[in-house]
Amino acid sequence: MTDAVSPASAPDLFADYRLMPGVADELFDRDGEMRPVWRRFVERFSLLSASEISARFERGNLYLRDAGVFFRQYSNDPTQEREWPLSHIPVILHEDEWAGICRGLSERADLLEAVVADLYGDQRLVRDGHLPAELVAGSRQWLRPMVGVEPKGGHYLHFLAFEIGRSPDGSWLVLGDRTQAPSGAGFALENRMATGRIFPERFPRAHIHRLAGFFGAFRAAMERLAQSPTGQRGATAILTPGPSNDTYYEHTYIARYLGMMLLEGEDLLVENGQAMVRTIEGPRPIGMLWRRIDAAFADPLELNPDSHIGTPGLMETVRRGNLALVNALGSGVLETRAMMAFLPRIAEVLTGRPLAIPNIATWWCGGAAERAYVRDNAARMMIGSAYAVDLPFDLGAQTALGGAFRSTGHASIEEWLEAEGAGLVGQEAVTLSTTPAWVESPDAGDAEGATRSGGVVPRPMTVRVFAARTPEGWTFMKGGYARIGKTGDATALAMQRGGSVADVWVVSDRPVKPETLVPAAHGDFRRVSPGTLPARAADNLYWLGRYVERTEDAIRLIRAYHLRLAQTDNPSDARLQLLGDYLDSYGIDVDEPFPSALIDRIEWARGCAGKVRDRFSTDGWAALNDMARTARRMTRTVRPGDDAARAMSVMVRKITGFSGLVHENMYRFSGWRFLSFGRALERADALAGLLATFADPAAPEGSLDLTVEVADSVITHQRRYRVETSRDTVVDLLALDADNPRSILFQIQRLRRLVAELPRATEHGRLSPLARAMVPLESAFLIAAPSEIDTGRLNELRRELARVSDLAGAAYLR
Amino acid sequence: MLYDIRLIIDYDYAAPSDHTRNLVRLLPHDLPGRQRVLSRHLSFDPLPDERSDSIDFFGNEMSAVAWHAPIDAVSVRLAARVERIAGSGALDLSVPLGDLGGEIAAERGLDPGAPHHFTGASPRIAPMAETTAFARAAIAPGTTAQQAVVAVGRALHGTMTFDQKATTVDTAPAEAFAKRRGVCQDFTQVMIAALRGIGIPAGYVSGFLRTFPPPGQPRLEGADAMHAWVRAWVGRDAGWIEFDPTNNQFAGEDYIAVAFGRDYSDVAPVRGVLRSSGGQNSHQAVDVIPLDPDTAQPLVRSVPARRAGTRAESDMETQAEPDAAVPPEI
Repeated sequence: MTDAVSPASAPDLFADYRLMPGVADELFDRDGEMRPVWRRFVERFSLLSASEISARFERGNLYLRDAGVFFRQYSNDPTQEREWPLSHIPVILHEDEWAGICRGLSERADLLEAVVADLYGDQRLVRDGHLPAELVAGSRQWLRPMVGVEPKGGHYLHFLAFEIGRSPDGSWLVLGDRTQAPSGAGFALENRMATGRIFPERFPRAHIHRLAGFFGAFRAAMERLAQSPTGQRGATAILTPGPSNDTYYEHTYIARYLGMMLLEGEDLLVENGQAMVRTIEGPRPIGMLWRRIDAAFADPLELNPDSHIGTPGLMETVRRGNLALVNALGSGVLETRAMMAFLPRIAEVLTGRPLAIPNIATWWCGGAAERAYVRDNAARMMIGSAYAVDLPFDLGAQTALGGAFRSTGHASIEEWLEAEGAGLVGQEAVTLSTTPAWVESPDAGDAEGATRSGGVVPRPMTVRVFAARTPEGWTFMKGGYARIGKTGDATALAMQRGGSVADVWVVSDRPVKPETLVPAAHGDFRRVSPGTLPARAADNLYWLGRYVERTEDAIRLIRAYHLRLAQTDNPSDARLQLLGDYLDSYGIDVDEPFPSALIDRIEWARGCAGKVRDRFSTDGWAALNDMARTARRMTRTVRPGDDAARAMSVMVRKITGFSGLVHENMYRFSGWRFLSFGRALERADALAGLLATFADPAAPEGSLDLTVEVADSVITHQRRYRVETSRDTVVDLLALDADNPRSILFQIQRLRRLVAELPRATEHGRLSPLARAMVPLESAFLIAAPSEIDTGRLNELRRELARVSDLAGAAYLR
Repeated sequence: MLYDIRLIIDYDYAAPSDHTRNLVRLLPHDLPGRQRVLSRHLSFDPLPDERSDSIDFFGNEMSAVAWHAPIDAVSVRLAARVERIAGSGALDLSVPLGDLGGEIAAERGLDPGAPHHFTGASPRIAPMAETTAFARAAIAPGTTAQQAVVAVGRALHGTMTFDQKATTVDTAPAEAFAKRRGVCQDFTQVMIAALRGIGIPAGYVSGFLRTFPPPGQPRLEGADAMHAWVRAWVGRDAGWIEFDPTNNQFAGEDYIAVAFGRDYSDVAPVRGVLRSSGGQNSHQAVDVIPLDPDTAQPLVRSVPARRAGTRAESDMETQAEPDAAVPPEI
C-alpha cells in the first residue's frame, strides 16, 4: 500500500474530494495527509466497484425501509413520511479523540446541572449578576411551578445531547445543548444497523465501539430512578406526544429496544399525588417517565392549559417527589440560546476554570456593550431570538445572517437591535468541518458514468453526542449521530431542509469487546413476565381488530356485488339491489368500483395500528401499509364488474395476509387478546347482519347462496349438506355450527374464552359483568334450532353484542 | 372595611367524567398592610376524594381537588370574612417614566414580586403595536410612572365600552381592543398589554369588588361576580400600585384581592380538565357584603336576586354597571 493517501494521489472515488480553504476536514488533516483513523476504511472502500457500492448502499436503504424508519414533518397527513435520509459513509473518529470530547462534555453536563439547580433553587446566579433576571423570567422554558421543587433522585438532568462541530483550527465547539427531550439516540441505533448492512466485513466492524452498552447503562439508571424512596421497584415508561410528532418513530423504536412502555399523556392519571398508568388491570403506579414531550405540555392544570397531550396533576406528583422525569420539568430553560452568552463566565465562577469544550461565541444584546459589538460585527454573525431553543443552524425567518436579513421586516439591523435588544442574541457564524459524503455523479449514464456513477465529496457536518447520568457519573454513547449538509453551505444543515444523517464510528486500534443489551448472566435464567397493557393500547388493538374485520367483510360484500354484476350485467337485478342497499347502509357506495369508504376503513385500521407500533411486528405494519398503498392505486384504475371483483380478490388476499401475520406471530398475551376480541365481536356482528338481511324469508331468490359465498363457506356447505342451500342449512352452518370459524356460535365461544383470560374475569368466585354477559349468549346459541334464529333474534343478538362491547370498554379500555 | 364574601360556582358536565381534577384559586389570604382574612372556608360538593392546598409561585393559595369516580356536577363554595385595611392614599412615590427602565434593570432577583416577570409577553398577553401606540398617545411628556398608569387606565376607560356579549373568557386582548368592548377581564388584559408596551411592568389581579346598589334600592344578593384589575410596578420605592380600568379608579377599599399573576392563566379561579366529551356549563353567584365593623352585621339591606347565570368556562366578570353603580373615589 502507499504510505499516505493525499488528495492528489487519492483513489478515483475521491477525485472530487477538494478541501476548502479555511475549513477543517475529517478525512484529511491540515497538511493534506489522510488521517490514520480513516485510512483502512478508505482503502477498502476504494476497492469496491461502482455496482458493488450501489448494491451495498441499497442494502442499507432496504433495511431502513423494511424496518419502517421514516422521518415525518409535523403534519397530520400520513403520506408526509419521508424516506430516512442516510448518508451512507460514516463519520470516523478515533477513540482517543472521542474520549477527549466526552471528558469535556462531562464537565459541561455538570455545569448545566449546577445552573438548572440554581435557577430552580437559590437563584444565586441571578442575584449575583451572572445571569440577567429578565432573561430567565422571559423564557417560556423556565417553569415557575418548579421553583423550590426538589426533583426525585436529586438531579434535574439525566439524559443529554450535545451538538458539536469542529472549528477550522481542529478543536471542537458546542453548537447547542439539548436538555429538554433530546432526540436522535434511537436514530443513531438505526443508522448503525443500516451501516452494518453496508459494511458487514469483520474489519471495520470489530474495531467499532458498540452502542448497546450505553443504552444498558441508561436503562439501569432509569430503573433506579423509578424506585420509591424506600427502594421498591417502580415502573418506567417513555412519554410521547403521539404519532403526529416528527420523531414518533424513534419513540416506538426505543420503547421496543429497551422493553419500556410507550405512553401518551392520557394513559396516565394522578391519584393522591402518585402518577398511575391506566391499564387493563386498573390504575398502576409509575415511578419514572422518560419524557419526549416538552415540559410545558406535561400538565394542563399547572403548566400550559392549552395542552391536549398532558396529564392533569402531573406537576403535583413531581412536587411530592413521587415521579422522576428524565429530564426534570423545566430543564429546557438551558436550551435558551442566550444562555450560551453566560455559560463560559458561569463556568469560571463555579469551577474556577474555563470550559474544556467552549460553546459557540454568543452575545446577548440586552447589554449596551454587547449590542454595539454585535452591530459592529454583524457581517460575521447570526442574529436571532435570545429565547429560541432550536440549534443555531435551524435558522428561523427572524434571523439575520452575515449582516443581511433572511426575511424583511426591519429597516436595518441597527434599528432591530435597538428595538428588541434584550430579545436578541448574536452568535458567531462558525465554519464547520467537512466529512466525506457520497453524491451521485451528475454525468452518470454517459461513457464515464458506466465505470463511476458517483463520488465522494466534502460536506459540512455536526455530531450529536449523547450522555446519560449513572451512579458512576456521566456515561457517553460511543458513537453518535451526525448531520451532513446537503451542499457545502454550512447553513443547509437543518434536517427539515433536506440535509442527511450519518452514523458515527468511534474506532479503536484493537478489536473491541462486543456488547449487547442482554445483561450478563447472574445465576439462573429468570423469566421476565411481559408488562401490563395500558388501557389505551388495548383500546387501539381492540379497534384495530374490529376495523380489519370490518374491512374484510366489506371487501367480500363488494366482491359479491361485482361478481353478480359481471354475471347478470343487470344492475336492477333484485339481489344486486339488495346488496347495494345493504352496503349503502354501511356508507359504501357500490357505484364507485373501488368505494372510497373502503379506503376509510383501511385508514382507520392503520390509524389504530399506528398508535401501537411499539407492540406490533414490523412485518404486520408493512403488510397494512402495503394494503393501503394497493387500495389507493386501485381506486384510480378499477372498472365495475369483473375487474372490480378481481381487485377485491387481491384485497382479500392482502388482508388475510395481514391477519395471518398477526395470528401466527403475535405473542399470546393481553394485547393479542384484545385484538382477537375485536375481530371476533365484529365477525359475529357481521354474520348476524348478513343473515338478518340475506337469509330473511323476504330476500330475493339466490340470496342464500350469496350469504354462503360472502361468509366464505361455499365448500363447507357442499360437504356438510350435499344439498342445495335452504334457510335451515345456511343458518345451521353460519349461526349454530361450533366448528365453523365463520359461524356466530364459533365467534361467541371464542369471545367467551378470551373474556375468561382477561384480568379480573372472576373476582371472589363471581363472574365479572362482561363474563356474565357471555353466558346467556352462548347457551342461547348452543341450544337453538335453526328455525328459532329468525331475523328478529339476529337483530337482538346485534344489540347484545353492542352491550358486550360497552362492557369491555368500561372494564378495560379506559 | 369589613366584608363577608360568599361565592358559589356550579358546574354541570354534559357527560359524566371520571378522574375530574380541578385547580382552584379562590381563597383570599393575608396581605400585610392591606387585607386580613378573619375566616375562610372553601368547600366542594360532592366531597372530593383528594384535596391538597399549596402556595403557587406568585404566592396565591392553590387548592387541587379530584374526584375518582365519575361526576356530572360540581358545586364550589367560598365563605370568607376579610378586613380591608385602608390604603395610604394616592401619594405618588413613583419615578419618572423615563427612569423606570433603569430601575427595572437594577432589580436583581426572581422573587414573585420582581418586575421582570411582568415586562414582556406572558401566555395570554403580549405587547402589541396598537396598544403601545394607544398608551403613548395617552401619556404626557415627563410624566411619572404612576401618572402614566392612571392616564392609560383613564384613556382606556373612555375608549372601551363595558359589554358582556362582546367577548368570552378566551378572547385575546387584541380582539377585545379592536372591538373596543368587553368585560373587566378584557379591560385588564388590554391595559396590561398597553403598559408593558411602554415599559411599565404590569400584572393581573383577580378578586372581589364591593358594588353599590343604585340610590334608594336594596343590594341584590348573588348579583355580584368576581372582578379583575391591573397592578403595575412603578419603581423601586413605590413598588406595585393597582388600578381598575373597568371602573377608572385605584383599587381601594372596595377591592379584596384573591390572586396575582402575569395574566388570567396564572390566576384562573377554577381550572379543570375533563376527559369526557361534551361541554360544561357554569353558573356563579357572588356576594360582597359590607359589615359594620363593631357589630359585624350587614351595613345595607339586601334581597334575593334571580340566580345569576354567566357564560360557560368559569368566566368571571363584574355585572355591576360601572359608572352608575360605583361612585368614583380615587
